[in-house]
Amino acid sequence: MAGHRRAEATPFFERLRPAMTENVALSITSTLALDIAGVSLHTDLSGALFWEEQRLLIVSDLHLEKGSSFATRGVLLPPYDTLATLSRLAAVISRHDPRTVIALGDSFHDRTAHERLSAEDRDAVAALQTGRDWIWISGNHDPMLPRDLGGTIADEVAIGPITFRHEPTGAQGEIAGHLHPKARVSARGRSMERRCFASDGMRAVMPAFGAYAGGLSIRDAAFAKIFPKNGFVAHLLGDRRVHAIAASRCY
Amino acid sequence: MSLKAHPSTNPRPRLTCDAVPPRILKTPAEPAALLLPVRFQKWFAGRGWAPREHQLALLEKAREDRSALLIAPTGAGKTLAGFLPTLVELSAQPAERSEGTKKNLVSTGRSVQRSGGLHTLYISPLKALAVDIARNLERPIAEMGLPIKVETRTGDTPVSRRQRQRRYPPDILLTTPEQLALLLSSDDAPFLFSSLRRIVLDELHALVTSKRGDLLSLGLARLWRLAPQVRAIGLSATVAEPDQLARFLVPQPGGNEAAADIVIAGGAAPPQVEMLDTSERLPWAGHSARHALAEVYELIKQNKTTLVFVNTRSQAEMLFQDLWRINEDGLAIALHHGSLDVAQRRKVEEAMSAGRLRGVVCTSSLDLGIDWGDVDLVVNIGAPKGSSRLMQRIGRANHRLDEASRAVLVPANRFEVLECRAAIDAIAENAQDTPPLRTGALDVLAQHVLGRACGEPFLSDELYEEVLTAAPYSNLARQDFDDVVDFVATGGYALKTYERFARIKQDKQGRWRVANPKVRQSYRLNVGTIVEEPMLKVRLVRGRSTGSGSTGPIARGGRVLGEIEEYFIEGLTAGDTFVFGGEVVRYEALAEDQVYVSRANDKDPKVPSYMGGKFPLSTYLAERVRRILDDKRAWNALPEQVRDWLSLQKDVSRVPGVRELLVETFPRGNKHYLICYPFEGRLAHQTLGMLLTRRLERARARPLGFVANEYAVAIWGLGDASSMIRHGELDLDTLFNPDMLGDDLEAWLAESALMKRTFRNCALISGLIERRFTSEDKSRRQVLFSTDLVYDVLRKHQADHVLLRAARADAATGLLDLRRLSDMLMRIQGRITHRELDHVSPLAVPVMLEIGRESVYGEAADELLAEAADELVKEAMS
Repeated sequence: MAGHRRAEATPFFERLRPAMTENVALSITSTLALDIAGVSLHTDLSGALFWEEQRLLIVSDLHLEKGSSFATRGVLLPPYDTLATLSRLAAVISRHDPRTVIALGDSFHDRTAHERLSAEDRDAVAALQTGRDWIWISGNHDPMLPRDLGGTIADEVAIGPITFRHEPTGAQGEIAGHLHPKARVSARGRSMERRCFASDGMRAVMPAFGAYAGGLSIRDAAFAKIFPKNGFVAHLLGDRRVHAIAASRCY
Repeated sequence: MSLKAHPSTNPRPRLTCDAVPPRILKTPAEPAALLLPVRFQKWFAGRGWAPREHQLALLEKAREDRSALLIAPTGAGKTLAGFLPTLVELSAQPAERSEGTKKNLVSTGRSVQRSGGLHTLYISPLKALAVDIARNLERPIAEMGLPIKVETRTGDTPVSRRQRQRRYPPDILLTTPEQLALLLSSDDAPFLFSSLRRIVLDELHALVTSKRGDLLSLGLARLWRLAPQVRAIGLSATVAEPDQLARFLVPQPGGNEAAADIVIAGGAAPPQVEMLDTSERLPWAGHSARHALAEVYELIKQNKTTLVFVNTRSQAEMLFQDLWRINEDGLAIALHHGSLDVAQRRKVEEAMSAGRLRGVVCTSSLDLGIDWGDVDLVVNIGAPKGSSRLMQRIGRANHRLDEASRAVLVPANRFEVLECRAAIDAIAENAQDTPPLRTGALDVLAQHVLGRACGEPFLSDELYEEVLTAAPYSNLARQDFDDVVDFVATGGYALKTYERFARIKQDKQGRWRVANPKVRQSYRLNVGTIVEEPMLKVRLVRGRSTGSGSTGPIARGGRVLGEIEEYFIEGLTAGDTFVFGGEVVRYEALAEDQVYVSRANDKDPKVPSYMGGKFPLSTYLAERVRRILDDKRAWNALPEQVRDWLSLQKDVSRVPGVRELLVETFPRGNKHYLICYPFEGRLAHQTLGMLLTRRLERARARPLGFVANEYAVAIWGLGDASSMIRHGELDLDTLFNPDMLGDDLEAWLAESALMKRTFRNCALISGLIERRFTSEDKSRRQVLFSTDLVYDVLRKHQADHVLLRAARADAATGLLDLRRLSDMLMRIQGRITHRELDHVSPLAVPVMLEIGRESVYGEAADELLAEAADELVKEAMS
């Protein structure tokens, strides 16, 4: 009855309550592996990839300060996207404790985005970098990466059989981002759309990690160019696990 | 507002024509001769007419300088009544007002003294109606030779004429709420409106139930400021609370309530409504009423022109197709619904007014508007949902007042028989169930504030006072107002980082104005509160044997059949069949905004697209249905099949009492079912099903899914609910405790697609996200992104943001119907009756039959995804 009285005091539809923290959902670590060119990587529910042997964490398309980028054009999106993205990044880093982090390009939404970072957000980035190597790979949104944000700047990175670059070329052993893959699954008149990894075992495209990063359907022609023949699999980010579904089954 | 004290917990006293508040004038005190100039008297006499009492009453109200609400059925000469005061006043003016002087005084922009604006503004919810009224007005004006200029202004009016209208306004302008908002945001507004004398608001009962009504009310508040002398006439069908509606027409004084006078047109013969006495077996479930097809066809055959109303577009499609299958006499039967191509609809309307059609199968697209010749019968298929809505539909039959409208209700299943019975009883009592007046929405206010800043700069204090005069906003808190202004200026975020990007700025005197012309341009493109479902064009192409949903080998082009909601297509896989444009088609592919379909030979579509209609069962009819169930004597008025059904229910389980909630549990197959019967409509039931499923999961009853219809919710799962209740492991009072509207609701809202859709509408209406772009900005469509992402982020980082508050207020009454659910939960506390059964009860059959027909809502994302993944495994292993 206590709950009932509380509901009376403040109507349910006006009552404000801090939302559940994302950590609850993310704390259940996915065990689904993604094999690329013989290397086995863990797909994390957040959209990150983790390479256990290398203790290497990869995230793509953070699009930091996308909100303020829209604001300059008069669309006043909530200015919390950088905070949201960095918090999720902090959670996934604390989960895996990587030795190295690769940000796979388009980490910043535009060329001046890093100048709009708040002092707190800069501190947060610095804290994430403490005790590990950090590699910023440049993307089309951020071709001129800032030198004052720590870490190493690179166009691409090769580790063993794997090459990390922003824009996918379709090469074997390539892990890229840029396309923001998402997939839709339908069943009995109901459908659901999620971000996903796209991979055919030889190469992969990572989902966008940024809070405001939208998506491109994996049925778009851009994906057909990268995965030439036998089709590919979409690894959809569910609420509690990652689901592997043939791309031909998705929309 | 507390949950307990909400007014709709108790049945509201309902006003009918016989029980009216004071201030109502039925017969004018003065004879026609004193009110009507000779020229008008002659005109009436020349046509063999006498002015109607309510027409004279409105003239008298005008003479007394009062605003008035006219409540009249269709066919009562409402429109002429509304314009008569205008015509009389303008007929007395010297001819040069409309010819000479105005052309000398021309609006050229800000700070020029001008005169000669509009005399009367007419607002209608439909642009087609505005055009039609203009045509109807031309006749008396021409025949009496009155010096009056009438023009329309809608979205279709060419730019050149719109510009001319702003410089040389007509005497009477007929327009829509959106166009009024646009005019008010222009520099010409003071010139156009300062001499305004009259406002005529048509179909007011329909306008005020939506956010368009909120927008209109804010426009009125502005007009009262610009033209204090203006008086309003509202034209409305019968409503439950006329005195509340009358408040809409006059400025609300602070702290008090003011209302326009009410005039009620009498004399309409009561309608003759009956339920189809079918000789067929009444279906247990479904909404098609296919069992009665031959009987409906017979009705069309026996009458001259019949309107056949159904509740959804897809039902209209299906029925139209079925009727033509048995149309051996080749009767001219047409189809009319909102998704058909406009040209197609116009063709049907023309054939209709020319009297060439015997029957039209239609949806609410014909609920309002234009009078059409001699409709002598209205057939309503399926559940009426509300008594007022049904009465308005029935009013479409026979627009002569003195003859009774005739209507036949065709229930599609057994529960709908109860609903039809309740509606017929309500009509006999002339009991109305129109919704109460809205509380003005904050997203609409945001749009209005931006519009105001596009016109003359304003001071916050002054605008707040002005907004309070609008009836829906008369209780607006200053804090909410300030938050809205803050939102319009810089987004209203706790994190103050957007000052330099402000859309409106204050000058040294504190007056707000737009920061730059681009903001003004964007406002003009995005004005309005109608958020259209994203629609896709449907094209008919030649089919191919195997579909994969891609756009590879299919031929592009093809005839356009109409438009369909994107969300419906998203639920389909290639090869699925559905009904569209009067035939069964196969979904082939989707490319950009085009859906490609081919002709299918199937008789029945694979995907039933019954989305339940737009409106849930009204609270009022639901109450009546419960009373019929509870009163065994009332069963005598029901068909025998239904009586037997209820008697059987009484024997094996229980027929729920008026205030009681019946819960049944039973096993079936390898699952266990829990059914409850709240009778609160599909929307509230869906929300209830969602929340109950969460709670049952926590109680380890392992629920798997649920379906909801208008009357009941059925939940199934692996856990044995009967045994759990028996052993005290599951307590029904706890399960249905209103505290489910606390944390469970919060957790669900975080992910609810319906809530995200609600938020999207608020984001678009408030102007956070643009819907339409200037041509040079078209490329920005590519960077358009989902408002779902904004919802997630905002919810986590500023849960009390004004847009989330707006979305929550919408959720209380809209897609989630939370308020109704909370009223129900309060009502049934301590009144839950449980019946443990060993098999399904008669009352449960209809909702059980929905399983597999309606979408199942209980499934979490992971289950749906896992299912898709499993299919893949099966494919791979076979």
